[in-house]
Amino acid sequence: MRVGIPKEVAAGERRVSATPTTVAKLAKLGIEVLVQAGAGEGAEALDAQYMGVGATIAPDAEALYRDADLVLKVRPPQELSDGRHEVDLMKEGTRLLGFIWPGQNLPLVQRMAARQMTVLAMDAMPRITRAQSMDALSVFANIVGYRAVIEAAAQFGMFFPGQITAAGRVKPAQVMVIGAGVAGLAAIACARSLGAVVRAFDTRPSVREQIQSLGASFLTIELEESGEGGGGYAKEMSAEYIAAEQALIAANAKDVDVIISTAVVPGKPAPLLITSGAVVSMHRGSVIVDLAAEQGGNCALTERDKVVEKFGVKILGPTDLASRMARQASDLYAGAIYNVVADIFDTNKADVVLKLEDEIHRGIVVLDKGTLMWPPPTRPKPRSVAPPVEAKAPPPPPPPKPSAAGPIFVGAIAAALCAAGLFAHGDFLEHLTVFLLACVVGWHVVWNVTPALHTPLMSVTNAISGIILIGGVLLVGAAATGAFTALAAAAILLASINVAGGFLVTQRMLRMFRR
Amino acid sequence: MMEMVGSVQRLTYIGAAILFILSLRGLSAQESARRGNVYGTFGMVLAVAMTALAVLLGTGGEATPGSAALWLAAPIAIGAIIGSVLAARVAMTSMPELVAVLHSFVGAAAVLVGLANYLEPNRAPDPVHDVEIVVGVFIGAVTFTGSVVAFFKLRGTLGSRPLLLPGRHLANLAMLVACGVFGVAFLRAAPPEGLTPLLVITAIASLLGMHLVAAIGGGDMPVVVSLLNSYSGWAASAAGFMLSNDLLIITGALVGSSGAILSYIMCRAMNRSIWNVVFGGFGAAPAAGPSRAGVEAKPVQETTVEAVANLLSGAKSIIVVPGYGMAVAQAQHPVRDLTTILGERGAHVRYAIHPVAGRLPGHMNVLLAEANVPYDIVEEMDEINDDFSTTDVVLIIGANDIVNPSALSDPSSPIYGMPVLQAWKAGKVVMLKRSMSAGYAGVDNAICYNENTLMLFGDAKKTVSALVAALNSSR
Repeated sequence: MRVGIPKEVAAGERRVSATPTTVAKLAKLGIEVLVQAGAGEGAEALDAQYMGVGATIAPDAEALYRDADLVLKVRPPQELSDGRHEVDLMKEGTRLLGFIWPGQNLPLVQRMAARQMTVLAMDAMPRITRAQSMDALSVFANIVGYRAVIEAAAQFGMFFPGQITAAGRVKPAQVMVIGAGVAGLAAIACARSLGAVVRAFDTRPSVREQIQSLGASFLTIELEESGEGGGGYAKEMSAEYIAAEQALIAANAKDVDVIISTAVVPGKPAPLLITSGAVVSMHRGSVIVDLAAEQGGNCALTERDKVVEKFGVKILGPTDLASRMARQASDLYAGAIYNVVADIFDTNKADVVLKLEDEIHRGIVVLDKGTLMWPPPTRPKPRSVAPPVEAKAPPPPPPPKPSAAGPIFVGAIAAALCAAGLFAHGDFLEHLTVFLLACVVGWHVVWNVTPALHTPLMSVTNAISGIILIGGVLLVGAAATGAFTALAAAAILLASINVAGGFLVTQRMLRMFRR
Repeated sequence: MMEMVGSVQRLTYIGAAILFILSLRGLSAQESARRGNVYGTFGMVLAVAMTALAVLLGTGGEATPGSAALWLAAPIAIGAIIGSVLAARVAMTSMPELVAVLHSFVGAAAVLVGLANYLEPNRAPDPVHDVEIVVGVFIGAVTFTGSVVAFFKLRGTLGSRPLLLPGRHLANLAMLVACGVFGVAFLRAAPPEGLTPLLVITAIASLLGMHLVAAIGGGDMPVVVSLLNSYSGWAASAAGFMLSNDLLIITGALVGSSGAILSYIMCRAMNRSIWNVVFGGFGAAPAAGPSRAGVEAKPVQETTVEAVANLLSGAKSIIVVPGYGMAVAQAQHPVRDLTTILGERGAHVRYAIHPVAGRLPGHMNVLLAEANVPYDIVEEMDEINDDFSTTDVVLIIGANDIVNPSALSDPSSPIYGMPVLQAWKAGKVVMLKRSMSAGYAGVDNAICYNENTLMLFGDAKKTVSALVAALNSSR
């Protein structure tokens, strides 16, 4: 069997479906590899390198497609610059593996069916554990997310990390990532590692942990609707929910410097999440990178493949970010493609053998010898452990209520004292004056006590209140009848314990305090 | 001669009063605290000596100077010896009990002075004076029995749960009214016959004191102790009115109002009104509704001494939150060792003290000081609360209610609204605890179930000593 690696024809596309590394591995499986001349140039892989690992170089597309049994591609087949279609160059019954997007490219699928082709779509790879090594979508999403942050940083006229320099303080950039799929998570990780402060929004509560594990804070909407769709993708949300999303994003847009938006729903136009109003509210010099530009954009003002400046905000709608990192993208994509080939290639028969009972094979097959197999029957949803809906933050505790009892109490005492003063003799009034003044002094003296000294203060006041000792002393002096003096002496005894114990223990405590 | 003694006595009293004021003033800051205690002692010696001198010089009537001197010297000497021994022997962890029992002595002394004053053989009948006696005896008795109940509660002889009798407010009111009725009877009776109503008043007031303090839950003990401190001052002041002695009045008022302030400061720290503490019967955790049911089902993460030792040796900033559990286990010395080792290894170690940690205001500070922890790494709640979020590890040693997030987040929690140490904001929280039982307030603690909380069960002293050993062996 002969595998063909064509040069991609889409404008600006620099990726390639096999690198010298994977060609060598294909050769080990016993597969002959044909590489179109210049196929790997965009990804820094020269023809000579391919030849070095045993590939044959085909001079042009025509030659390649004529001899290839299995074509490995990046983009779906399309028209060449001279008006011929790639599909028409392929021989009858060719097997094709690459991105197809059958949902959006029905005419293409019909065209390939007419030529009895067997077509396998990398974009239809089921999201199951075993298929992770073949997941090309994640490969590109990872790169796109990373590159989106790099592009944003290039457009953003400030540092991402916060710094304190001799010439002034730089606050870290505030980045909001919308949609925490693979691209979103990669963007979070990249922005974080550049030193930005990141918040991320997603409709699926189950990604909260992933977001937080990357050091970003999680924004979500408290509405009873989960965005969990099949296969780990998001599903389309209700209009009400979209409105709530727009409001949340608008509220956050005011104080973020960079928005990376990645929200796409498979097979549907991208939801409009960043309204013009939200863009207006952003600081001048802020940057939006709209990774959903290909599906219509998450931002109302996005223009596909352009950098536009609206209300002082730069809005990027790139669709070729993975291609801008062609070397990295080709490396990883070629790895994934190789894993698929290794999975579908039967070494005994030296040919591709599709086992339709296999979940991966059934998932990716779009056409089987011209017969439409797509879409595959739906499988049960992946089990996801959604954390419970976050409880609303409770209102802050109320401050202590000023009690009406206090003033009333004080008033009552004052009234009682006045009454007593009116009827009492002069001596009492004198004592009362002294008493009230002492109360005021005591009140003021203690106000500023440090809490650390509460205990010593208490034990010293306790010792001082042993002053009642002199009450006993006075009584002893007043008379000397047995019972009476005994009572007074008992009072003296108790108060003395208090005085001695109080002062000494205070002394003991204070000695222990040291700086 | 007598005239001059009287003047000297007055002057001395003024001096003593000023010394007491300076003493309280001094005790409100670390630097001046020891000086303050000396002022207080000096003032007391001055006042007692002067009074005794005046009494001895002025004894006419039936008392001879000799017998009076004996009646004075003997009880003072015995009392001073008992007091000194108590003060020298008491463990720092038992400080709350000592303070409570000392309060009860003041209360008892006030009652005795009142009774003795009434029995004074040759006094002229005077209704104002009689009122003073009733008031003095009443306050004294309430202070006495209240302090005794507080003492037993703090010792653990009585349970910490509040005793909530049905209609307890009515019962209190009834007792108060009864005291008033017997007070009137006392005022109407001729001197010797008044003794019976006076004793009845004493009995009722004693009952009232017991009942008031019994109804206050364990979590509020710091406030109760300082409230009783205040009462003991008022009792002394009342005795001053009885005996027409200004020094007693002044000193009693000083102590009374400063105790009241202290209680108020404590209440504010718990976001509660003082009336709520005095009459509330708080601490019962009224079935603790949803907060309790909500968290109890969840598991906690238990950890080991080794894991915590590793965690601590990797931490750059550590805050220790001590609570009553540290006091109970007498763990302050191992805790000091632990923080010293960690400090020597370059970690930023501090202590966070909640205003009502322990059973006595400032209880934790005293224990840490006893263990020679420098007081400038011991921070108060307001100083340190914002720093938890930037701290790697918080070590909670025997504290519970003071780190309960429900106080801020769960309006149904009985401690809702009380400011707490926000320990849960730190990177990791290690909670040393004897068991999963609730704190003194009887409320379950949500912090135990947090993802970043590790529970290390066991006696605090043993656990901390093991941590110290583990850290030393990994050196």
